[in-house]
Amino acid sequence: MSIHRKLIILGSGPAGYTAAIYAARANLQPLLITGLEVGGQLTTTTDVENWPGYPTGVQGPQLMTQFKEHAENVDTEIEYDYITQVDLQQKPFVLKGQKTYTADALIISTGASAQYLGLQSETEFKGKGVSACATCDGYFYKNQHVAVVGGGNTAVEEALFLSNIASHVTLIHRRDQLTAEKVLQQRLFDKVEQGKVTIKWNHQVDQVVGDESGVTSLILQPNGEQDKEALSVSGVFIAIGHLPNTSIFKDQLEMNHGYIKLNSAANNGATLTSVDGVFSAGDVSDSRYRQAITSAGSGCMAALDAEQYLATLDAEPRARV
Amino acid sequence: MTDQVIKLNTESFEELYQKEGKLVVRLWAEWCGPCKMMSPIYNQVADNIADEKLIMGEVDIDAFPAIATKLGVRGIPTVVIFENGKEVNRSVGLMPAPELQKLILKE
Repeated sequence: MSIHRKLIILGSGPAGYTAAIYAARANLQPLLITGLEVGGQLTTTTDVENWPGYPTGVQGPQLMTQFKEHAENVDTEIEYDYITQVDLQQKPFVLKGQKTYTADALIISTGASAQYLGLQSETEFKGKGVSACATCDGYFYKNQHVAVVGGGNTAVEEALFLSNIASHVTLIHRRDQLTAEKVLQQRLFDKVEQGKVTIKWNHQVDQVVGDESGVTSLILQPNGEQDKEALSVSGVFIAIGHLPNTSIFKDQLEMNHGYIKLNSAANNGATLTSVDGVFSAGDVSDSRYRQAITSAGSGCMAALDAEQYLATLDAEPRARV
Repeated sequence: MTDQVIKLNTESFEELYQKEGKLVVRLWAEWCGPCKMMSPIYNQVADNIADEKLIMGEVDIDAFPAIATKLGVRGIPTVVIFENGKEVNRSVGLMPAPELQKLILKE
């Protein structure tokens, strides 16, 4: 037996919960399927300092708990399932996880997950010194030397977080400047002055080296030079960006470099995908802004677009294919 | 709520892991977001498959850090599977219930 709902929302980050809040208040009785990473990327962060309305910041996990409570308070139905297969060619759309669901309209807000370097030696030591979550695994590196790879907000935030735990943090970045927010960069440079952080500009990780106990060092390749160098660390945190979670929609929706492509024709709604009735919001279809606030905003837009779509569907004669 | 998942401490871990049969241990901590996400998944799998020959437990690494050190765990959530006192498999990070169940049941 499958579960049918007018509107199903996939994902439990800012986009998914915001879509649910708007859809529930429009009386669409949405079902939100959380996915595996319940609460999304913000659940592995600490201070969120740019969420308006919290002048002194808010903890990421706390913010996501509040999003969920808000969605529940307006009667969103929440299902802790993980969809592994979809059929968007037939209507209603079919979604398969541990249970099977069907929906007249779908909002995809499955977000993005941490990207790794793609080295074989990196995979080998995942969980044994290679991590993509400083707030989860920083604990294991008290008074040890660790490295962070990347130059964006996540990398700098992780380096700052780890600098309070580890004996020393080396940030490895392949360019000669950071792309993180200026306020974060300044905090990092302060740590560099205090001797807690070193930045290796223009270097890339060539290999992760370790033994049975886990990671012991990294082999670094300086840009444009022959000679490699070794850096002795007991952990390395990869923070080089995120990849959109779109693999289950491949071949069914039009994509743009792995992100779900949005049809920005104003009369159809800005969040419509290449399939009528399927809308998308948040990082899964945003390669540019990727903020909690822009995700929440697009989640709201997707709910409004879905509401309009469902209203047209209701107005049509019953004979639909 | 499941009563299938045993909350392990240093003594009960030492005792159970040397026993015959399978012991599955999940290492977690209160401050770890993905660990919290994994809780219901782990409990669900325990409800499905745990019995006297397949014991499923969990360790709060804040309370019992020595177990994490002993197992060489450097990231959580981690699930370690023992059989007759020997580690046979381990998995780091979140995974859906069906995959976790397969991983545990596989010889």
